Amino acid sequence: MSINKTGLYVAILAFTVAAPFVFPNYGVQLGTLWLMIIVAMTWDMTGGQMGYNSLGNIFFYGTGMYVAAVIAIGLVYDVGEYTGAAGGGRYEFTDAQYFTGFILGTLGAGVFCAITAFIIGYVTFGLRGPYFAIGTLGVAIAAGELVSNWDWVGGGQGITLPVYPGNLDEGKVFIYFAFAITGVLLFIFLNWLYKTRFGAAINAIRDDEEKAEAMGIHTMRYKLVTWAMSAFFVGIVGGISAFQLISFEPLESAYQTINLGIFMVVCVLLGGKGTLWGPIIGAIMFQVFKEVTWNYFLGWQWVALGALIVVTVVYFQDGLMGWLRVTKPEWFGLTIDEKGNEQSQKAASSGEAAQ
Amino acid sequence: MKRGFSGPKRGENPGEEADLMDQIAGNIGLLIDYPLVNFKILIDGVMIGALFALAAYGLALVWGVMNVKNLAQGDFVIGGGYVSWWLVKNVGLHPLLGVPAAFVVMALLGGALHGTPIHNWARSQTKAMIWVSSITAVVFVIATYMGEQAGSIAGYAGLILTILLIINGGIYNLVISRVIERDLFTSLLATFGLAIMGAQIMNLLFGSDTQSLDLGYDTLYFADGLIDVPIAKLIGVVMAAALATAVILFMKRSRMGQAIRATAQDARAARVLGIDTEKVYAFTFSLNAAICGAAGAIIVMVWVIQPFYGITYSVRAFVIVTAAGLGNLPGVIAAGLGIGAAEQYGSHIFGIGYQQAIAVMLLLAVLIYRLMQQKRNRQVLQ
Repeated sequence: MSINKTGLYVAILAFTVAAPFVFPNYGVQLGTLWLMIIVAMTWDMTGGQMGYNSLGNIFFYGTGMYVAAVIAIGLVYDVGEYTGAAGGGRYEFTDAQYFTGFILGTLGAGVFCAITAFIIGYVTFGLRGPYFAIGTLGVAIAAGELVSNWDWVGGGQGITLPVYPGNLDEGKVFIYFAFAITGVLLFIFLNWLYKTRFGAAINAIRDDEEKAEAMGIHTMRYKLVTWAMSAFFVGIVGGISAFQLISFEPLESAYQTINLGIFMVVCVLLGGKGTLWGPIIGAIMFQVFKEVTWNYFLGWQWVALGALIVVTVVYFQDGLMGWLRVTKPEWFGLTIDEKGNEQSQKAASSGEAAQ
Repeated sequence: MKRGFSGPKRGENPGEEADLMDQIAGNIGLLIDYPLVNFKILIDGVMIGALFALAAYGLALVWGVMNVKNLAQGDFVIGGGYVSWWLVKNVGLHPLLGVPAAFVVMALLGGALHGTPIHNWARSQTKAMIWVSSITAVVFVIATYMGEQAGSIAGYAGLILTILLIINGGIYNLVISRVIERDLFTSLLATFGLAIMGAQIMNLLFGSDTQSLDLGYDTLYFADGLIDVPIAKLIGVVMAAALATAVILFMKRSRMGQAIRATAQDARAARVLGIDTEKVYAFTFSLNAAICGAAGAIIVMVWVIQPFYGITYSVRAFVIVTAAGLGNLPGVIAAGLGIGAAEQYGSHIFGIGYQQAIAVMLLLAVLIYRLMQQKRNRQVLQ
């Protein structure tokens, strides 16, 4: 079993490294695929493992984009003047300036988003259920609107970043590996995290927050740390996306509430909430569906996506992993105790009757 | 989503930050120097607030009775607007008659036929329905894929699909009835999917331009032309008020209204007492869609509609319901009018670019305020 698993990981890793060279025409799509995988996994940290369904994780993505851009530009020029010229004027970046800007920008975006997550989380984690979702969605929409009125970072027209020094294909591979390395690190981190006491604690919060608190878990602290960790990674991929897109504006590419903000939730639901592999599989399925509809049903792609969301949410909310868990429990190392199952069902039905 | 960006022009002069503060101070000064301007802003705010209140009342109804948070609320509004607009432009209906027409069409789409003989017949023909709808759907997809040359085939297939949707109990039967008993996030996300679909379908059918209907009525002027009240807007507000009154009377007096209120209080007890709650749910949802549709038909006469404007009405409806609470009709109306006025004041003071931001910030402020209220009792907002 463990040899099998190692073999699987090695195969996936080999594919990850080889992919941009084997499919050179799909460099951008492969990068986007990693982006979807990462945001889906980070959404699952709070949504699946902790039971807090946020609709506002896109806030960290957009903020990450802007922080990375401001750091990368601010290291060399005055940001206000740079955006004031709106792509005009002569602003040159040397190779060294580009790469320091890239590394400091993405890391800075991650750290900044983690700090913001503490502040926002402190307010919003008092909200439960739908109010939490609405509240976080509100934060994301408000941030987009405010940034689009903020002239220092380019207002509604957005920011233009320097292009990759060197040829274009090389730049795509560079961005791809930036996404892929973040994704692999995130996977290793989550694989470890979910097995620790911390993982058990956030699962306890999901299952019953009052009881978890009664057991002595400082729920607020755990919630804030989880949210901040997820924001850290979203901020980083936001920063990388900023360098991928080069030119972006606030409402439709940075704080894209109704696009990526919802896609990440759908990815997780497609694959299966609260599992390690679910978000990854879901993201791949979703990305394939999206690319196919985008290429062949131009104009109707959004209707198809909306239908996919409705169908997934209404009919298959447990996703692929949830379905597999029911049909093939042995794959998950679960054994079904038939007798115990019957007893618990009886107990449940008598409990219902008692209510 | 495209929204007009009309903030101050960038790059014209260096001292923009200071300019903005000056502008805000100047705008506030104007309000103090000319008290009548306040009056004008209030009138505008109350007019737009009345329509927000209608959408919000529908939301409160659905939320309170069946615990579904409908994020597609705004898209029902815009949908009603387009129904009226299309009928006026293509059939030659009078714009004022577009309001009842939109009311009926949106009620049908929402699920007004649920439980009627037609729907029962459709339910008995499940197999045929599945065959017909899947074949039509395949034809539709192929025709869409072929593009221009099969445009009319796609149109007819779409029409057949719409009719099938209506006789099978509409949106209620297909989606909403399946999320009522589920957790709260499910309904939020499912209706968000509906909202995306609705907005895009309208975009494909009617194009992304803004549309409106001109009634051709005069504008009344008061106080030396400082206050202008177009008669069309006045009619819109009167119609909104009439609709609200009718709905209130219906809820108070009619048998169905009583059943709805009983179900909202305790669905289980209502079922025990012989109320068909399934019917009540379907009726409530289609009533909500109809109210929204009528509101949209009024909006198309008074302002403009555009396929992607739905979300703004959804956000307002959520702000109002969160602020006023469920089952509190006077509260919903007061909050609707208040938010309309607050928004007009905000956009007067800060500039029109901040209008959406102000509505969302109000939502956050309301949530935080309610949270602090709950914290005093060591409770959470759920």
